Amino acid sequence: MRALVVLRTLLAHWRRHPVELATLLVGLAVATALWSGVQALNAQARASYDRAAAVLGGDVLSTVVAADGQRFPLEDYVALRRAGWKVSPVIEGDMRRADGSVRVLGVDPVTLPPAAGSLDIGEGAERLTQFLTPPNLALAAPETVARLGGAQDLPPLAESADLPPDTLVVDIAVAERLLDAPGRLSRLLLAPGETRALPAALAGRLRVEAPRETGDLDRLTDSFHLNLTAFGFLSFVVGLFIVYSAIGLAFEQRKPMLRTLRACGVSARMLTGVMVGELVGLALVAGLAGVVAGYAIAASLLPDVAASLRGLYGARVPGSLSLAPAWWAAGIAISVGGALFAAAGSLWRAWTLPLLAPAQPQAWLQAQRRGLRLQGALAAAIGAGALAALVFGDGLVAGFAVMGGLLLAAALLLPSVLAGVLSLGARGARRPMVQWLWADGRQQLSGLSLALMALLLALAVNVGVGTMVDSFRRTFTGWLDQRLAAEVYLTAADAEGAQAVALWLDARPEVRARLPIWNVEGRLRDWPVEIYGFRDDPTYRDNWPLIATLPEAWDRVAAGEAALVSEQLARRLNLALGETVTLPSPQGPWPVEVAAIYSDYGNPEGQVMVAVDALTARWPEVDRRRLALRVAPEAAAALVTDLRAAFPGVEAVDQRALKDLSKRIFERTFTVTVALNALTLAVAGIALLTSLLTLSNLRLVQLAPLWAMGVTRRRLAAIEMGKALALAALTALAALPLGLAVAWVLTAVINVQAFGWKLPIFLFPGQWLTLLGMALATAFLAALWPAWRLRRASPLTLLQGFSNER
Amino acid sequence: MLDVDAVSKSYATAQGPIEVLRCVSLGLGPGRTLALTGESGSGKSTLLHLIAGLDAVDAGTIRLGGSCVTGLGDAARAALRRTAIGLIFQQFNLIPSLDVAGNLGFQARIGGRHDAAWQEELTERLGLGEVQARFPEQLSGGQQQRVAIGRALAGRPALILADEPTGNLDEATGEAVMALLLELVDASGASLLMVTHSPRLAAMLDARVTLRAGRVA
Amino acid sequence: MSARWLIFLLLFPAAVQGQGYAGLGSGAGGYAAVTAPAALEFPRDHGAHPGFRIEWWYLTANLKGEDGEDFGAQWTLFRQAGRPEPEAEGWASGQIWMGHAALTTADAHRVAETFARGGIGQAGVETAPFRAWIDDWEMTGTDDGIGALTVAARGEDFAYRLKVRTDHEPVLQGVAGFSVKSEAGQASYYYSQPFYAVSGEIEVEGRRVAVTGRAWLDREWSSQPLAEDQSGWDWFSLHLEDGAKVMLFRLRSETEPPFLSGTWIAPDGTPTPLAPDQIAMTPVAETEVAGRRLPVGWRIEVPDFGLAVDTEPLNAQSWMGTLFPYWEGPISVTGSHDGRGYLEMTGYE
Repeated sequence: MRALVVLRTLLAHWRRHPVELATLLVGLAVATALWSGVQALNAQARASYDRAAAVLGGDVLSTVVAADGQRFPLEDYVALRRAGWKVSPVIEGDMRRADGSVRVLGVDPVTLPPAAGSLDIGEGAERLTQFLTPPNLALAAPETVARLGGAQDLPPLAESADLPPDTLVVDIAVAERLLDAPGRLSRLLLAPGETRALPAALAGRLRVEAPRETGDLDRLTDSFHLNLTAFGFLSFVVGLFIVYSAIGLAFEQRKPMLRTLRACGVSARMLTGVMVGELVGLALVAGLAGVVAGYAIAASLLPDVAASLRGLYGARVPGSLSLAPAWWAAGIAISVGGALFAAAGSLWRAWTLPLLAPAQPQAWLQAQRRGLRLQGALAAAIGAGALAALVFGDGLVAGFAVMGGLLLAAALLLPSVLAGVLSLGARGARRPMVQWLWADGRQQLSGLSLALMALLLALAVNVGVGTMVDSFRRTFTGWLDQRLAAEVYLTAADAEGAQAVALWLDARPEVRARLPIWNVEGRLRDWPVEIYGFRDDPTYRDNWPLIATLPEAWDRVAAGEAALVSEQLARRLNLALGETVTLPSPQGPWPVEVAAIYSDYGNPEGQVMVAVDALTARWPEVDRRRLALRVAPEAAAALVTDLRAAFPGVEAVDQRALKDLSKRIFERTFTVTVALNALTLAVAGIALLTSLLTLSNLRLVQLAPLWAMGVTRRRLAAIEMGKALALAALTALAALPLGLAVAWVLTAVINVQAFGWKLPIFLFPGQWLTLLGMALATAFLAALWPAWRLRRASPLTLLQGFSNER
Repeated sequence: MLDVDAVSKSYATAQGPIEVLRCVSLGLGPGRTLALTGESGSGKSTLLHLIAGLDAVDAGTIRLGGSCVTGLGDAARAALRRTAIGLIFQQFNLIPSLDVAGNLGFQARIGGRHDAAWQEELTERLGLGEVQARFPEQLSGGQQQRVAIGRALAGRPALILADEPTGNLDEATGEAVMALLLELVDASGASLLMVTHSPRLAAMLDARVTLRAGRVA
Repeated sequence: MSARWLIFLLLFPAAVQGQGYAGLGSGAGGYAAVTAPAALEFPRDHGAHPGFRIEWWYLTANLKGEDGEDFGAQWTLFRQAGRPEPEAEGWASGQIWMGHAALTTADAHRVAETFARGGIGQAGVETAPFRAWIDDWEMTGTDDGIGALTVAARGEDFAYRLKVRTDHEPVLQGVAGFSVKSEAGQASYYYSQPFYAVSGEIEVEGRRVAVTGRAWLDREWSSQPLAEDQSGWDWFSLHLEDGAKVMLFRLRSETEPPFLSGTWIAPDGTPTPLAPDQIAMTPVAETEVAGRRLPVGWRIEVPDFGLAVDTEPLNAQSWMGTLFPYWEGPISVTGSHDGRGYLEMTGYE
């Protein structure tokens, strides 16, 4: 009862200060929205990886795979069954179709162990019969059925809710046809309880692999999700800045009232308790709004995220959101937690509030100086921490620690820097109005510094990310030119088809060279790698984007003694030039020397290039469907047209189309980053707006004397606007070097850790100007309403500035 | 009723500790009124704050009714303020977010001593009937102080502590407010301890104690 | 006659619908039909008949340890054609194989089950020499006949390896191997080898026991299911002390009286088909098994051959908790004749 009276009294404050209430709620809601939006994206993607990993019990069942990671003959399966092993065969692979590839999983329902679960083919024997007998049945997620239904090259589709998107589960007989792998198997599911060692005859070629709780996708996409999380967290922090300043302001305004309440007999415990209750209530409301907005953000970004994950990692993530109730609860909890964190200082001050106002309140300048000194010390400590993480740290988390520390230290230093600039300005000023302007700016700094810090962070990250993306774009474009040096690339349906095409091409005079691009998939120290065979040709020698090379690398590779290794692989496995790497081939381990390292942007898997003859000698099963052609550039288009006409089953692309495709994938990869970036800037804008709005009430007291002394309201409004713009401009200037530092951390530390490649930085001054403009526009918009209000303020309101002074 | 015994209090400042009260003793019977006078800095307000439990003594005891204020913790002192003490400040200290009626009833409500009839009578006798729905900033100084007096009396506390209640008012308003205060204190049967530097106001009360440099003169 | 009908019918109800019950005597849906006696020929007919929808190799053995302890062993391989088209190569074969193995003691009945696709060599039957197998279970002959076989299977908690041997020729059931299953004329090709003497070893409860005894092999194939109203059956194979063998079955109908049939096999192997009115099969004792009541004790009478016996199971809980469950276990026979045998009961809900 008593608590209710106190709560009502506290809440009455917001009724009289709706803008502050809105600030608090909006800040919390925005922080929650961005954070939970990003979490939703991650959760959605991770759920589909887990689903993919759990298909056929991959998360609980051990599997038998070939030691070289390739497909192996059906006879091995039969031999194991005949030795009494309860294994069930699986063929899997990507089926290339006109509208993208589909993952095909072929199973044998007759031997599928119950633990493989999740396939509801067993539901009704009728469906099982259809699944097993022509024309068979392909199971797929509902959205995949909707997309692929009626396709002529696939069996009739049936829905199965638990499957990841773009995945077909079919009978093994259908799968070997769709994947063109007759008599081959990808792996065997091992029923639980089998602990024997593999029979000696098979032990050399096959091995047992423990169930993976996290699939390759989980590991490969880790960095992508960490990136998203980092951005989400940054936005959350920027949002909390707003909350912190709103709560702090409300506390200052309510301090006399809190004292009165205490004097009227409200104990410190009850007062603090009720304030916590009030805050939690507000945070619940804001949190709910935040998660709803977060859902909307996630839903609108998900298609891009899904596209980048697919383009980058081949991960199949559904384009529509479905979230567990836990996500909603977590979103609201983060809102409450964030609010309590941001309010901790204010609540502590309420708890320890002296009942009597200090006899000699500290002058604002003194308080500001003390605050700045404290912040400076904190900034130095955090900066030192960031430096330590840079020097001693390793891994992506350390990379983000460097970036976080850098940003935080810079933000904390910002008020000191601005105060310094303003006091320098004040020293040089002669005219009283100008002097007042500088001094007043300094005083205002305390109230605005949090918003300016938020703006600084948003701008710096914008500069950093912008520089990184554009540097990458420029590097990538140049790299594509080197990498896609051949004019035409083609893929036949099978090896015989490729042979036929090759014969046809020999009769075409414009084809200068026909280069095989044959490859196998394998695993190297438990990471997936692609091993490519290439024919020694000037196309490679002249163009290939080598980063580091031994002398005569090309000759040694052509001789089959050495290999080229992609940058990612070299970094991941810590390979140096001249070192030996052992490739697992069906003919046994094959040690090759690392002769050169080349850049291979955008590829999550490691890559090794060896001479094609060496490849086919050791991997007779190599995929021989792909070819690159050197033709006169002007003849390329006609050749592609002829090829398509002569061989309808052959995919032929000319270089330009391929480059366009690569660039499109590239652009989508950064769509989310850029979108989150823009949102962060918007949040900083909101922070600035709300700070100016709440300050504008207090400002009346400070401006009223000037008005009384004859400065027009119009002039005062213009001055206020000018000051906001000047502070924003100063902040933007400070953001520039910070942004470049962020760009450096991103390209030289985070990219290397996350993706395995290092990028050169290019500078884009045009971009900086744009951002400066954006900062000014943000400040302008934020200052517009307070200035307008001031300009329209009635003299009575200004007079109250005197009478209300307390 | 109120018994202040050998209370001392000093404050730490940058220039060293300042002894504000030195072994001050005084007493106040039920229904009696006492003026506490003295020059600025003589320790009047500090003594008032100590009696109200807003601050803690260094030495000595303060008893109010059956309780020993100086021996109580924060929560108990808050409870004592809610139920036994009404405070009136020079700066009124109304709650800006509550209207007049809300302010009047506030302390009585949180002390569980709300009495609608008594509040109505107070409202009427304080002449606040017309402005009940207004907020403090919409009131004149005299009106604000009358609200503060009403708030202090609404819970029928045993003791009213007033700190220069007319200090922020012009002379005529001050006298009217003072008369009203005494009349209502009398009507409610409370005791009154009032800090004032005005001998004329002090003379309106039953007794008078003067502090000089932290001691009873 | 045994549980295999039901199993495949449940496994492939769509196929049943495809067949249709109206087309009596016609191998509807393109499967080879069983319409009239056909000359069975060995060793050819020891092998698989992929044109027929269903087929099995079914061996039951009544065994004794050196100390006289009784055991029962079952080894079964079922074949099912998923579609009537000729068998294709590899995974596309269309044939599905299923194995059941069981080992019965007085206090436990242990069961194992396994499945295989045809066309890839995981399961199959060959005739020269005779070999039937699924996974590591096998029934292997030394030549193209079935006079001497090694029968082995292994489950999680049991294993056995038995040598079965006989000089007798296989015994044709019904009319020269044409065995009628209902008044409506459903039928199968059916022959048996009931004369095996067994010696071998079983592994159970961590011990190896040398065993001897008698075994009975059933071979049956058909494309036609039961009549629509037939809900289950009770089937007996009996080894009598005087060397005679008896096969009896009772097909229960929901609407008609049960359809009875059987064969009296003289000790020299001469079969005499038994007409329904020559046979009396009466349940006399029920027991609760796997949540249902089953008639585990029977009175069997074939007056024309002086047979009037009571049967008692070695283990009343001989429940086959397989994908499609049934009761199958060793029994002992007392009365006019003493002996041992196997009882199978299906369709008890």
